[in-house]
Parts: sequence; structure tokens; C-alpha cells
Amino acid sequence: MIERITAKDGPFHPASAVDFLPLQQLHDLQSRRLKETVDLAYRRVPLFRSRMEKIGLEPEDIRGIEDIQLLPFTEKTDLRDTYPFGLLAVPTSEVVRLHASSGTTGKPIVVAYTREDVAVWSEVMLRSFAACGVHAGDIVQNAYGYGLFTGGLGAHYGAEALGAAVIPISGGNTERQIMVLKDFNVTVICCTPSYFCYLIEQAEKKGMDIRQLPLRVGVFGAEPWSDEMRKRIESSSCVRAFDIYGLSEIIGPGVGIECVQQAGLHLFEDHFYPEVIDPVTNEPCPDGVEGELVLTTLTKKALPMIRYRTHDITTFISEPCACGRTIRRIHRISRRSDDMMIIRGVNVFPSQVETALLAVEGTLPHYQIILSRKNGLDHLGVLVEVTPEFFSDTVSGIENLHNLLSHSLESALGIRVDVRLVEPHTLQRSEGKARRVLDQRSLGEQEAGMDGFENFCPGPNGK
Amino acid sequence: MKIKQLSLFLENQAGKLYYPCKVLADAGIDILTLSLADTQQFGILRLIVDDWEKARTVFEKAGSVVKVTEVVAVEVENRPGGLAGILEILEESRINIEYMYAFTFGRQDRAIMIFRFEDSDGAIRVLNTKGVRIVSQTDLKHHQNGREC
Amino acid sequence: MANQPIPLCHAIRKKPQPPAGLDSPFWDVAESQPVEERQSLQLHRLRETISRVRNVPFYQSAFREMNITPESIRTLDDLRRLPFTTKADLRDSPPLGFCAVPREDIARIHGSTGTTGRQTFVAYTAEDLDLWSDLCARFLYAGGLRKNHLVQIAFGYGLFTGGFGLHYGVERVGAAVVPAAAGNTQRHITLMRDLAVDVLVCTPSYALSIAETARAMGFDSAQLPIRYGHFGGEPWTQDMRRRIEQELGILAFNNYGLSEIIGPGVSGECHEQNGMHLQEDHFLVECLDPETLEPVEEGEVGELVITSLTRRAMPLIRYRTRDLSSLDSRPCPCGRTTRRMSRLTGRTDDMLIIRGVNVFPSQIEEALLRVEGTAPHYMIEIDRPGSLDEVTVHVEVHPQTFSDRMDRMQALRDRIDREIHSITGLRVKVVLLGPQTLERFTGKARRVNDHRKL
Repeated sequence: MIERITAKDGPFHPASAVDFLPLQQLHDLQSRRLKETVDLAYRRVPLFRSRMEKIGLEPEDIRGIEDIQLLPFTEKTDLRDTYPFGLLAVPTSEVVRLHASSGTTGKPIVVAYTREDVAVWSEVMLRSFAACGVHAGDIVQNAYGYGLFTGGLGAHYGAEALGAAVIPISGGNTERQIMVLKDFNVTVICCTPSYFCYLIEQAEKKGMDIRQLPLRVGVFGAEPWSDEMRKRIESSSCVRAFDIYGLSEIIGPGVGIECVQQAGLHLFEDHFYPEVIDPVTNEPCPDGVEGELVLTTLTKKALPMIRYRTHDITTFISEPCACGRTIRRIHRISRRSDDMMIIRGVNVFPSQVETALLAVEGTLPHYQIILSRKNGLDHLGVLVEVTPEFFSDTVSGIENLHNLLSHSLESALGIRVDVRLVEPHTLQRSEGKARRVLDQRSLGEQEAGMDGFENFCPGPNGK
Repeated sequence: MKIKQLSLFLENQAGKLYYPCKVLADAGIDILTLSLADTQQFGILRLIVDDWEKARTVFEKAGSVVKVTEVVAVEVENRPGGLAGILEILEESRINIEYMYAFTFGRQDRAIMIFRFEDSDGAIRVLNTKGVRIVSQTDLKHHQNGREC
Repeated sequence: MANQPIPLCHAIRKKPQPPAGLDSPFWDVAESQPVEERQSLQLHRLRETISRVRNVPFYQSAFREMNITPESIRTLDDLRRLPFTTKADLRDSPPLGFCAVPREDIARIHGSTGTTGRQTFVAYTAEDLDLWSDLCARFLYAGGLRKNHLVQIAFGYGLFTGGFGLHYGVERVGAAVVPAAAGNTQRHITLMRDLAVDVLVCTPSYALSIAETARAMGFDSAQLPIRYGHFGGEPWTQDMRRRIEQELGILAFNNYGLSEIIGPGVSGECHEQNGMHLQEDHFLVECLDPETLEPVEEGEVGELVITSLTRRAMPLIRYRTRDLSSLDSRPCPCGRTTRRMSRLTGRTDDMLIIRGVNVFPSQIEEALLRVEGTAPHYMIEIDRPGSLDEVTVHVEVHPQTFSDRMDRMQALRDRIDREIHSITGLRVKVVLLGPQTLERFTGKARRVNDHRKL
């Protein structure tokens, strides 16, 4: 397996040179870019300016990257509260792309890109592909969902910039995915790791051995996974599986990725400066100590993010990587510091489920969220206890309630939800309330990554 | 002229039918008839009992979701075409039937059908004018007792 | 994205005027090139194409048989000596059998909608993608799109060419894209309103559905910020255009394309809204009688047959589109010198276009065959109760599979639903019927009842 990939590592891509910058040069670059970003945000983003003023900080006080800890944090709620364009640092006429994701409550989170931002995004995705041995001439089957979700278009532009051929197959239709894998001699696949497991299984059922195909690289993300799962994928296919990380608030996929060493994710810190902090004290964590990842964009124009709290828990790896890259590495994301769930790349908060149920019933019924994995896809089930007000003696009456609930949840979350009505008092309670979330997805082991580039409304051809 | 029917929501799982029947048995309530509508996910158990108020109380105490609906019990002659005759009347008057099920008891010449109409009062009016006999709640008990005698 | 409010009368005025602040009337001067000049360009490019496709096995053998060389093409009339290409020819060849460039030159692969066995794939080189963006930019620009606009694309992305063609076209013009893709209509409307979107791109019926949903959400859909709409992917009528324009307060433009040729960008309307200008410097378009394959008189309805003149990865010679339309070579007041094609009036085969997706009745049949327990008797009913197409498939249940258990019957129905969705990509309503309830046909079975008024 390993021979196979090193033999095809392909030519070194010039864009990857930055990954190997001498540390002093990298720090100088980061310092210069941080000052530019702070300056831009201070001039153009009222929220940021007022926060700076509140703590008596001026852009000049930031002399270099080492001063980053002086700056105020940015939270996901800031994006929501200033919806849609409150954090925009350029005139809207300079925006060339908008992506959106579901927010914690009703309002979506909108992220904007200038032409330069899209170019940076393509560059980091190109470097991501290059880091795991993809090169011009590869045939990339992109099975991430396209649309407002950043996963699809992010990978698409990166592969295009690299000079690879792109098959923008998007999500779904497993039979066609398998046929295309085979018929077009696809060498690289981008999808969620669990969906790839399902593809292997389905291919086997059709009497096809994925090991016989030229497919050699898998770029997997948008959901939690583990090293166990990687072992399973790599032993049942000749594909080397790489973990990619990103989030739409920062840029989308391409914030970091594993290199061929598969020993932690390199972060493209010339564009996204990482800190790991104690989520309670907000103090920096030393290397090797677990904390919350905080990211600052250094080159984003439309939507600069200063010290964005990702709520993803990880650790810095201090040892230099055998690949020679000087940019820092983090361990797979182990968990979240809030109650956000990531389902097929879609970020879901239990509060959204509550809002949707309330919208139908008027009062909040007892409910339970069940996360499971079926056919390689994460699956969101919601059990709802039937209440006397909504019980009907006709089948169509109850089916109608069922449909209303499904529809309300699906439009609030943007993903398919399997609603199941259950008898009253059957859901497990703790202190009078039902246990809200039951995660039955087996991630192989406790340590699981959560790479959620946000999704909004995937699915083919509408409803 | 309408009679009370209790409906219960059941998940479509083994053992789910036993529990409500046990609740009624423990309370000494007699089931006169029942029907079960099943779907992939859930079932609806519809019951006619001898004391619907007491039954409702014990179900509610047991934590079940119970709904009381009014249905119409119609006497049907126990001969070929007996039911068809009644349905013909309903069809002609465009009365919509949500569901129906049969009520069995000891008599040879008469059967009783339980109907749930979209418009119960309209249906009763039409059936009355055509001389069809509607059975009341007390009649039902009487029938039941008669059977037991 | 600057949003000057425009008076509503602008949208519903009988003769729409070119968009205000028109810097140049055309995206590309080629659009107003003198006809003779274009014809000599076409001839030159036709010869180039003939020479490029000579390494495609299908054309290689056909050309050999018919003695065709680039040199033997002396005038544009010689086009009629060239062989036709049909969808079946594409299907019968290996996946990239029509590819005229080495594999490493391919930059993108798209596909038509269709069953796994039926689907055809199209390859693009980087040059093809560049051309495609430009062709879409042409009609988008002709229909009022400018750099400062924000465009919401409500076409599905993916293998389907609609989403990507328009996406790159909008980028080419320099405007901003909201890649909303397909999905929840309410969310589309919320975004459109909150982000102050100027231009909507989708199927015409989806545009109407957006108007309806906006009303249901409690606001006057004419107050939505959008000003222009570019609609395609399915046939629509002049009546529908009027309704869309009135209900959304926009100017609605029609465009045409098909994935085999390039995707959207084969033709599109100018602000005269009177026929779609064919991009004739890149495509040679004929309008033929589908029976005799002789050209019809100008203005008469015939089948469009298209030859690509500049495609690199997969040039097609005389591709039979099966689309019925008519051509108009009279000069257009907009100043473009290209011929215009009328809106599509139908198909020469039984393909149905449902919500922008191409579906053949045989695909539904294939789905049913995959489900044990259904009899091969079915009827497809198509309706458009509001603005969106609805398909109901009535299927007879095999006597042995009939079950007294409702859950079994529901499972059967769901299974059929899933199979149809996986083959056609469409959600349909499945109605199970008892055995022997559908009409039997002695001759050719009539499986489709299309109640839509198109």
C-alpha cells in the first residue's frame, strides 16, 4: 500500500513550498499578515472595532504574531447576531461568492468571499491535495455535496487548480458512484469516510473488488472518524485515507490536512493562525495538552475572523513532522466543547430540533435525538412522544402529524430526519427530562475527529 | 345515538397489545369489541368497552395517550347483502367513511357494524330516514348482557 | 450587489428595454459579427473539427466509409454529407469513447441524467470549460447581468450541467454567486431577501414555486429584491413567462443547452425576449424534418441538429437533439446577427422533462422491474397542480404479493419509491393498485398521461 503511494507521489507542486518555510520566515509572514488583517477588521468591522476599543487596544499595539493573545475572541453567535453582512470587511460589490450554513437557531450563518478569498481557498485545497500525494493528471471523484455547503465547491476548485480532472458527482446514488469509480479509472475520491466504507461494501456485493481499481487516495472529512476506521478502510481497499479539516466560518475545507505520514493534521498556518486554549480560562495550552482550537484568518478579505472559537478540542504536536513540513500539526479533533453534532457535514444543535418541534406542537414534547450510521451515512432520528392533543384515532391523522414533524425538522436542519412517534413516558428521563442525545455511531474508538465543514441544504433536485 | 370509542397509540412492537388489555382486565372493564389499525411504525388500537369513562381514567392513570371519539353503531341484517344495503345508502348520500369494523355478539339474525364517519350526525340522519337502526350506548350494554344471559 | 430599487413597471412593460447602465451591448463582439464573416469562420472551424474527431473510432469509420476529409468540406452545405450522431451512438460506445483528446487533457466530466446504463458522459478540457463559461456569460450579460449583481443559482450542481454552467458564467461576468443548489424553497426565499439577490437562476416552474411560497410566507413576492431571472432546463410557455414576470416583478429570460453539446450556453435570449440567439460561431445548427431528415422551411418546426465547432474534448457532428423548435434568421433589433431559435415545442421521443430532470418512461419501468411483487402494469400521471410538476405512478400489485398487513404494503410502496428515485432522481407518488385494475393495451401501450398544460 505504502509503496503504491510513494511511487505515485508525483512531482512536487510549487504551491506547497510555503508548507516548508523556515520557521522565522513563516513567523515574519504571519506577523505581517496579522497586522494587515487586524488593520482591515478595525477599519471595516464595527463589532471588532468596538471590542478593541473596549479593551483599549489599537491596531498599532499588535506588533507581531506573538501579540495575538491581546485580541478579543470571535464566536459563532457573532456571525448570527450580525446576519447577514455585519462582519463583512469589504463592500458587497467585491464579494463573488456566498456560502451559508444553518446556525444555532433560525437564522443561517452566511460567509462571504472576494475573488482573492476564493483564490486562497483554491490554493489551500490544492496544497491539501498535494500534501496527500494528489497531482495533475489524477482523476478526482468529488462526492461531497455541492451547493451552499462548502465541502463540494471547495474540493472542486482545489482539484481544478491542481490540474486534476474533476468528476463533480456530488452526494448520493451509490450505484452510479461505483460505476463511475470503475469506468473512469478514478484515482482520488473525496467523501465522508463512512460513505466510502459503504461504497466498498456495496462494490463487494456487486462482485467488484475496489483493490483492483486504480483508486489510491481518499480525502475524507465532514464527520467524526477515527484511526480504527482508517485501518478498516485501508485494509479493505488500496486507498490511503487522509483526514481533512475545515469549517465554513474560516474558509471551508482546507484549513488543515494529513500529509503522507498520516501523523496529525498540518494546518496551513500562513493563512490560518492556530492557537489551542483552555476553554475555561482562555489561557494558551502548552503543546501536548488538550484544549480548544482557536483560528485567526491571516489573508481573508471579505470575512476576516479574529481568534474564532471553533469549539473543536485538539492538541498541538510539537515534534517536527517526518515529511519536512514546518507548519504545525494538531491531533485529530477529539470532541467538541459544546453540544453541536456533525451529521454528514451538517452542523446540528439540539436547540434547532427543539425549535422545529415547538413550531408544530406549540409545546415541547418529550423527544430524543438518536444518531446512528446506516449504509455508511450518518442518520438523524428523532423520537417524539405522542401527546393527547396530537393523537388521532385515524391512521391518516397520525401520519399527518408525522409528516408535519418531519417536514418542520427537515426544513430547519436541512437534512433528512427520521421521525418516529413513540408512546408517552417511554423515553428515558433524567431529572424529569428525556436524555436528549443518544449517539449510536460507532467511531471505532473513543478518539474521533470532527471535521465539520458546514452543510446547509444538500440533496438532489429539491423536493 | 353515538357511542364512545377509546383509541390508543401503540408502537408496532411485540408485546404492545398486551399492556392495555391488562390495564382493562385489572380494572374489571369488559371489552365489547376492538379493531387494530397497523402501519409500519405504529398501530392504533380502537376499543369499545362497557364503561368508557372508567376505562379512560385507568388508561390516563397508566400514562397512555387515549382519545375518545364518537362512532356510530349500526345494526345490520345478518344475510347476504345486509351490509351492502347500508353502504349503498351511504354511497348515495356521499357520506365519507373513515373506517369501520364489525361487532360480534351472540344473536344469529343481527350484526352490528361500528362506523367512524367524517360527519356522524349527517350519517345518522340519512340512516334514520332510511329506517336503519342505530344502536345506542345502553343498547350495546344490553346486547352484551343479553349475550351473556 | 448594489441594489437600486427599480420601478415595478420596468418588469411588466410590454417591450423591455436594455438594462440601465449598459456599457457595451454585447459580451462578445462575435455576437454582432457580419453573417458572411461568421460563415467563413464556421467553415474553417468545421474543417478543424472534422480533423479533430478523426481519432474518434465512431467518426473514423464513418468518415472512411463516406470518404470525408477536412479538405472535402468545401462549403457549409457539405455539412449535409456528414453522418448524424445520436444519443444511442453515445450510449453504445465506451464511457469516453467519443473523446477526441488524450485522457490527461480532460479537466472535467459531466453526465446527462439517466439510468446507470443509459447515462451518457461528457468530457471537457480546460479550454472547453473556458468556452463554456464564456457562452453562459454571453446570454447572462444579454439578459442584464452585470458585475455588481448577486446571483442565486437554484439549479442542482453535480454531474448535471445546469448548475455549473451558470455558476462559471456568472463568475466570468464578475458577479457574485450564491450556490444555493436545489433544496428548501423557504430557505431560498429567506436568503434571496436577506442577501438582496438581484438575479435568480433556476427552472421556470421553480421560479413560480418560489413566488407561491413567498406569498404563503406572507410577503408580496414582487417585493423580493430580484430583478432578472434566467430560466431553462425545461420547456415553458409565453404565458408562464408573463406570470413569472408579474409575480416576481422581474424580467425572465429563456436559455437552452444540452449536456451532450456543452450544457447551457447553446442559445439564450436577449432583452427583446423574442427567441434565443444561437451561439453560431461555436455551433452549427440545423432544423430538420425528423422523418425525412431534410431541412424544414425557415419558421417551420423541426428537430434541432447541432454540430459543435470548437469543442476539444468531445466534439459532436450533427447531433440529433430530439428537441423540436424553429429557426428565425431575420435580424434582431438588439443588433446580434445570430439566428434565433424558438422556445422548444416538444420532443421527437417519449422523454419527459419533470422539474428540469429528463425522464424516460422506460426508466420507471426499469425501477418497477427491480421490485419483486409488482406486475408490469403501470400508468404515469403527470400534473402541475401549483407550479411544480407532480408525478404519480400507479402500479398493480402482483396477486401473490398482496398482503393483509399494512406494514408490508407500505414497505412495498416505499421500496418502489426508492428505486424510482435512485434511477431517475425524482420523488414521485406511488399508488398501489389491485391486480387487473389498469387498462390493458393491445397495441402500443399508453403509459403516460401528461395533464400539464405546456
